[in-house]
Parts: sequence; C-alpha cells; structure tokens
Amino acid sequence: MSFSIFLQHLVNGISLGSLYALLAIGYTMVYGILRLINFAHGDVFMLGTYIAFYAMTSFFLPWWMSFLIAIALTCIFGIILERSAYRPLRNSPRISVMISAIGASFLIQNLAIVIFGGRPKAFPIAPIFSRILNIGGVSIVSVSLIIPVITAIALYILNYIVNHTKVGMAMRAVSRDYEASRLMGIDVNSIISFTFGTGSVLAAIGGIMWGLKYPQLIPLMGLMPGLKCFIAAVVGGIGNIRGAVIGGFILGLGEIMIVAFSPALSGYRDAFAFVLLIIILLVKPSGLMGQNTVEKV
Amino acid sequence: MNKKNTLTLISIIAFIVLLFILNINLGIYQMRIFNLCGIYVILALSLNLINGFVGLFSLGHAGFMAVGAYTCALLTMSREMKEMNFFLEPIVPWLKNVQVPFPLALIVAGIMAAIAGALIGAPVLRLRDDYLAIATLGFSEIIRVIFTNTQSITNGALGIKGLPSIGITGKTWEVVIWTWGIALLTIIVMVLLINSSYGRAFKAIREDEIAAEAMGINLFKHKMMAFIIGSFFAGIGGALLGHLIGTIDPRMFFIVLTFNIVLIVVLGGIGSITGSVISAVVVTIAMEVLRVLDGDIIIGGYMIKGIPGMRMVVFSVLLMMVILFYQRGLMGTKEFSWDWILNRKKKTVKS
Amino acid sequence: MRKLSLLLVFVIVISIFAVGCVEKVEAPKGDSGAEKDEVIKIGVFQPLTGANAAGGALEKEGVELAHELYPEVLGKKVELIFVDNKSDKIESANAATRLINKDKVSLIIGSWGSGFSIAAGEEIKKAERKVPAIGASCTNPLVTKGNDYYFRVCFIDPFQGNVMANYAYNEVGAKKVAFIIEKTNDYAVGLAKFFEDTFKELTGDDKAVVYEAFYNTGDQDFTAQLTSIKESGAEAIFAPGNFTESALIMKQAKELGIELPILGGDTWETPEVIKIAGDAAEGVVFSTFFDAHAKLTDTTTEFLDAYKEKYDKEPAAVTALAFDAYILALDAIERADSTDPTAIRDAIAATKDFPGAAGVVTLDENGDAVKSAVIKTVKDGKFTYLTTVDPAK
Repeated sequence: MSFSIFLQHLVNGISLGSLYALLAIGYTMVYGILRLINFAHGDVFMLGTYIAFYAMTSFFLPWWMSFLIAIALTCIFGIILERSAYRPLRNSPRISVMISAIGASFLIQNLAIVIFGGRPKAFPIAPIFSRILNIGGVSIVSVSLIIPVITAIALYILNYIVNHTKVGMAMRAVSRDYEASRLMGIDVNSIISFTFGTGSVLAAIGGIMWGLKYPQLIPLMGLMPGLKCFIAAVVGGIGNIRGAVIGGFILGLGEIMIVAFSPALSGYRDAFAFVLLIIILLVKPSGLMGQNTVEKV
Repeated sequence: MNKKNTLTLISIIAFIVLLFILNINLGIYQMRIFNLCGIYVILALSLNLINGFVGLFSLGHAGFMAVGAYTCALLTMSREMKEMNFFLEPIVPWLKNVQVPFPLALIVAGIMAAIAGALIGAPVLRLRDDYLAIATLGFSEIIRVIFTNTQSITNGALGIKGLPSIGITGKTWEVVIWTWGIALLTIIVMVLLINSSYGRAFKAIREDEIAAEAMGINLFKHKMMAFIIGSFFAGIGGALLGHLIGTIDPRMFFIVLTFNIVLIVVLGGIGSITGSVISAVVVTIAMEVLRVLDGDIIIGGYMIKGIPGMRMVVFSVLLMMVILFYQRGLMGTKEFSWDWILNRKKKTVKS
Repeated sequence: MRKLSLLLVFVIVISIFAVGCVEKVEAPKGDSGAEKDEVIKIGVFQPLTGANAAGGALEKEGVELAHELYPEVLGKKVELIFVDNKSDKIESANAATRLINKDKVSLIIGSWGSGFSIAAGEEIKKAERKVPAIGASCTNPLVTKGNDYYFRVCFIDPFQGNVMANYAYNEVGAKKVAFIIEKTNDYAVGLAKFFEDTFKELTGDDKAVVYEAFYNTGDQDFTAQLTSIKESGAEAIFAPGNFTESALIMKQAKELGIELPILGGDTWETPEVIKIAGDAAEGVVFSTFFDAHAKLTDTTTEFLDAYKEKYDKEPAAVTALAFDAYILALDAIERADSTDPTAIRDAIAATKDFPGAAGVVTLDENGDAVKSAVIKTVKDGKFTYLTTVDPAK
C-alpha cells in the first residue's frame, strides 16, 4: 500500500468517523439523562433528512432555509416523541421504556413507508458541498471537510451548555438523580424535553450531513446507522459527550481500515461494530471515557 | 389424581382431538397460518423465559433461530438437493453426505442453538439491562454476517431451498402434529420449570438481583440455565420455521424478526406463559387478517384506496397503545389456572 | 392519557389523508352473481413494503399497465389480486399459500427478489392444487431449478455474467478487473461468479481478478473498497448489486478520482441511479433486458407508448418484464383454452418465440427464458443503447 493510498484511507476513515460521532453525541445525551437506549433516534435522523428533502424539492426553498426548517421541525418532533412515548412510562421499569422505544421506532418506520414511499429519493446537493478537492493525490469532497468542522462545533457548544449554563447544571443533576433534582426545584420534565430537543437537532444535522455525503433516502436508512452510532456512544463511554466523538472516530476508522487491509474480510464489515461493542462491554463496560459506577441497591 | 390434574389432562386430550378435526376441516392456507401460530408459540415462550421470567432483556433470538434452522436444514436434506443448491461453491464434503431423520435433526438443531447460547451467554450475562440487550443483538447480527460469508457451509446469500416438509413421512397432515405437539411440549416444560425451585429462583432474580444473590441464589448459574434452555427452544422454533417455509437465507434472520417476537411477548404480558401463547396466536392471525388494509376498501360508496404498508402502521399503532396504556400486556404476570375458572364459577353460582 | 389516544388516532387519520386516496367510486352494480364465475383470477405477490418496496412498485406498475391494456381473456374478465410479501420470505410463503388456496387464483406473477420467489415456489410445489407461476425479474437459477411450475420471462444470472465478461474483455479491452460485490445479495454473488469464470477463460489468466471486496445491503460507504481498487491495477470495475448501493459506488468512485469503467447488471436501469449518482453515472455500462431504441418487438412500442401516456416517464426494465409476465400469462391461458392451472402450466412450458415488450421469449427445459441481452450505458444523464447480445453461444 503506497503512502498516498494510505492517506486516502485515513481521510475516508476520518470523514466517516466524524459522521458517526455527530450522531453518537445525540445518543449519548439522551442516554445520559434518561438511561434509555433511544432506539427511535435513528428514525428521528431519517425524518430530519426527509423533511429537508421535501423542503428543497416540493417547496423549492434554498438549501440553507430547508436545513433550518428541517432542524426545527425535527426538534419539535423529538420533543413530541418523548412526551407521547417515553414520559408516560417515566416510573415504569427500564425494560418497558426500552420496549416503548422499539415500538416507537417500528411505528415511525412504518409511517414513513406509507407517507414517503419505499423508493429511494435522491437528496439534492448544493454545489458547494460536492466540490472535489485534490490535495497531494488525496481526493476529498468538500462536504467531508465540513462534517468534522460541524462535529467539532457541536461538541464545543454542547460542552459549553452542559458545563457552563444553568440548564446544563440542571441536566447533570437530573442525570444523577431524578427525585433529588425535583426536590431541589428543577423542572425535570422540561429538562428532559430540552435534552430530547437537543438530541433531535443533532440527529437532524447528522441526517442532513449524511444526505449530503450519501444522497440516497429510504425509510429504513436510520436503522443501521442508528445501531452503529449507539455502539460508538457505548464504546466511548455512554453519557460522555467527548467519549461519543472518540467512539465515532474509532468505529469509522476501524471499518475503513478493515476493508482497506483485508478485502477478504470486507464481507464481515457490519460485524466489526458489534465485535468492538462486545469487546468493550467485556473489558471495560463503562466505555473508554466513562467512569466506573457502582450499582446502587 | 386431583381434580385440577384431571382437568388439565382432559383439556390436553381435547386439544389433540381438536388438532385432528382442524386438520381435516381447514384449508391449506388456514392450516399454514395455524402451524405458524404453533411455531410462534414456541418462539415467544422461549423468549419469555429469558426476558420475562429471569428479566434478562435479550435481543438475540434471531441468531439462535438461524443456528437451529441451518443445522436442521443441512442435516435433513438429501445429497442431490444439496448439490443442486450449492451450484456456485460446492458444499464442504463432511456435510454433503450427511442425512439424518427429521426428529434427530431437530434435536441436534436445538442442541447447536443451545451451545451457541452457552458460548454467547458466558461472556454477556454479566452485563445488565440495556447493555445485555445490545450485546445479544450484536451477537445475533454477527451470526447472520458469518452465515452470509461462509458460502461453502450455508450457501451464503443464495440461501437454501427444498427443505423437506416437517415430519417423518413428508405428508402434510403430519406438520401440525409436530408444530403444535412441540408447542404443547414447550408449554409443559415451561410450566414445570417455572413452578420448580429453579423457577422461583428465576423470579427472584427478576425482582431483585442483589437480594436474590444475598439469599444464596447463584446468579450466573441460573441465568445461564434460562439462557441455554431459551436458545434450545429458539433453535427448534427456527428449524421448524425453516422447514415450514421450505427455504432459508441469512436475511430472514435480521433483527426485525427478533423485534417481532419481543412484541408478541410484550403484548401477551412479560412473564406470563398464558399471555405469550394467546398473543402468539392472536398476532399471527391478526397480521394475516389486517392484510385487508393493504387492499382497496369500499365503505358506503367511498373507496379508500389501498395503501401498501397501512397494515403495518395500524399494527404498530395498536402496539404502541398497548405499550403505553396496558403496560402489563394482556395477562401481566398472571397465569391461567383452573382455580381461577372454578372460583369464578362459584362466584357466579353464589350471585 | 386521553390526549395521547387522540394524538394516536390523529396520526392514523393524517396518514390516510396525507396520501389523499379517498375517492368516490360507483358502487359495483349488477356484476355480482352470475358474472362472478366469469372472472379469471391472477395473483401478484410483490414486496410492496419493506427493504425491496422500490422494486415491487416497479413490477406492480408493469402488471397494472398490462392489465389495463388487456383486461380480458377467453371472453372473461381478469381480476388481479395483489398481495404484499413485505420483503420477507415467511410472508412470501404465506402470500403464495393464500393466493393458491384462499383466493384460488389460476396463475401467480412475481416476485421482485429471487429469495421471495423461491419461498413461494416451495409452497407451490407442496400445494395439492398446483398453480403455475411466472417470475418477472428474478434471475437466480434456483427459482426454476427443480420446480416444474415456476417460469420466468427474464434470462438468468449465468448468461448475464457471461455477457458482461465478454464486454469487459472485447469492448473495454480490460485484462484485469476488480470486483465489488454485494455479499448479502444472491443476485450479485451469482453474477460475480459467472463473470469471473468467463473472464478467466477469455484472458487465460487465472489471476485476472486482481481485487475482490464485498459489502452488505444497506451499506453507504464504499470509499475503502474503491481506494484499494485505485492501486490494484484493475482496468475495469465490476460491481453487481442493488441499484441503491451501486449509485453510491459510482458517486464515490468519481469523488475519489477513479476513472475506470464501471460495469454492472440489469438492476441499474432505474431512474434513481442517475438521480442519486448524478454525473458520476456517466459512462457506466450494464446489461439489461430491453431498450426503447432497440425495438426488440412490436410489443415494445406498444408498451412504451402506453407507459409514457400513463406515467409520463421512462420505464424501468423490470416494469417491462412484469408487463411481459402478464401478457405471457394471458397468451398461455388463451392457448390452453382453459382456466385449469395444469393446462395453463403446460401452455406456458410450450412457449416459443413469444413477442414480449422486453424481447422474444422462448422457454428452455428449466422454464427460463432464452433471450437476447441489451447492453446500455449512461450518456448525458440518460440510459443509452449500446448493443444487443444474442443468446447463441
């Protein structure tokens, strides 16, 4: 393998990894607060992409306006989802909430099939996202440069919110202990809504970026990316925003490198994420960046 | 023999008689659905043992089913059928000439699935709740990916077709005896297991792991046991499913299959054998009945044009309603019992 | 709680109306009773939902169009019964049993996706009342192998792999090729194998396939495979697979600066490929079933005109094949002069030189169509006819 080819692989890996990272942040936020695998996160991501698509193709809005609308609507949708599918089960066993998440994901997918149709849609791409740059024998599409930047910005903003604002403080409190937070006068419900809204905004941004990079929309597009990004979040240490980013990069780079170094193993690529997950769970269940917690009785 | 046991025995015999009557009177299509019901009863019960009674949220069922289905298929097919199927890449020689009778193959299928369950269970059963869920889901995906890639054993994506019909004679009347016979057997095994000291230990673990451990229950041993028994029956269910359809391929055993079974268990009530049985039958039949929704419906001169997929939407809406409003499912953790019926009778007599 | 139930009900209502499908129809008058026996039922099972819904929709269009043009046979009305197999084998088997035993159809058409057709075929073989089935675009040899009641109007993978290998060797002049194969797709795996066999034979070089990598259905990133191909020394890329993934392969190949010709199979002939891949689709070459400009038969013209009038777009090849499956079914019923499934089966088996929209169909002893393949490319954003390859070998 020549050096420029290796560099190309590296670039591919980083650009895929940053996309995973962007989605993993959303997972990790919701999990951090609710201790819930939001199986529907991948479907929220799908929905965001479709909204942007219809805004551009049916309403002929400029791309930036479509993206903003998609982000706003997805955010609202995320909050509604939490209110209708998760809030009624707030005091139920964790398994019930997880089943509700699976059910919600099932419902959104089936609705999407009926409303959007099963045929793939081509996501329109504005020229500034599809310019091909060639730097020293390494080809990069401009969107692949934009994604890491957006991931970094999202990471920075979230870090700021969580660590330096009042809402963030409340979020951290809620994630530690519902009851105590409520007693301290924190409106737990609105904090959870806020978290879900933020998570959905991230899902929408991730979805739009995904659409710009892989411009093909199908109702089930959220399934695999959703699972993989959850894995990225677990690998990094779930509930930890920086960990999610690291997990995303490990997953993206790992997938690319497996195919790059051993084409014969490329058929096993989808298994890589799961193997990684199981190894992490067995060796360090709290994830790379996570802290070990002791089970409370 | 006390009254209740006699009642149980009578109802089992009545059920077997009913099977024969149905076998003669139902059309092939209805019979197929009925057989499918039986298979889903097996699958739902095996998942309920793990998820409902021990409280381990496992999402790996499709993987165990795949192991069972492939084992049974490869063991029962004739050499000629295998050669026809494996036209791209020849089958490995040690599998080519093997052909055993169906009952033996079915047991081996269950055992292979149980072994897979043991291998997977040993490392992941230490995990809790959602981590366990995602790890088992991961394993089932890994099994699927492996089966796709080992072309000389599983024929990869091409799948295998021409699986012999369920049973020894290959006659259609035999199918229902196997599907529902094994379903009945599964029910009996589950009931006996749940009412044994193991069953009480399972429930104790479900209610409170730490307390159970403090009471001297060996957590790992009991979890492993439930997991292995569950995978054994999942393997058998998978094998029956493969033989009922007559063809298998790795895509059949996608995560969605596990979700379907989880949903059946949830609807029936997590931790209720009766619930799982009823829900498996109702859901399987309902999915066929709801097919009407995908076609055109004419109501009072207005035609609602059929929307493909509407059936699934209605199904998922119903499901969400159950999850949100009847969290405990149809039966909760209650079970059918003669006492319940007899007491009711007494009550009605009194009033 | 009440609010929530209202919300859910609202969702259902919205989804029904969103598609805007409620329309007033004339109540069916008078055609009950006596006329009921005069209907010939043809069952169509297709993946209308699930992962393969796109393909199912295409075939459904073809069958519906043919039904509009030819609604009658033997003086009786033909009734189409569509059943969704949900892109799922279990559901396919259910659908087939339902069509055979409950709806009592005389013939079955379908399905997109060989796996679903195989599952249905097993049911047909087992059924007491055997009903013939005609597949439109299922190209896996196993569909008809060992099943006397399954036929198809398309050629099978071995022939297609052979055609493309010849094209790569003779027209492209490639001595080395690279493969990217959709490992989870029986169609792609088969095609690659037959391409490889022929290509090795042609070049006389056992190492003519210099790179071979796989991907899974639903994958969206192929940069790793493509980057490796860049330095593999291949002179052409053969990438058999579903069109959704293939379009992304074309796009990413261009983004990586790969200028090798990309070859594929019939699945690529769908408008979405050009929409998704954009100008990256320029120059890709694939084999397919028919082309408007090749004027394979008179039926082609008829089909194209009717299709353009109804849908106002270019038809996909599988739509033409589904159209063929229907008109061949009618032709066989007419030749059999009966609605008895066994008589129809024998008539189908005897099909020779039948002029379909996607070429002349002659069925061989397996029930597979022996017909010519068309090679096409993408030029200026349009599928463009290159050449026709005859089956004579």
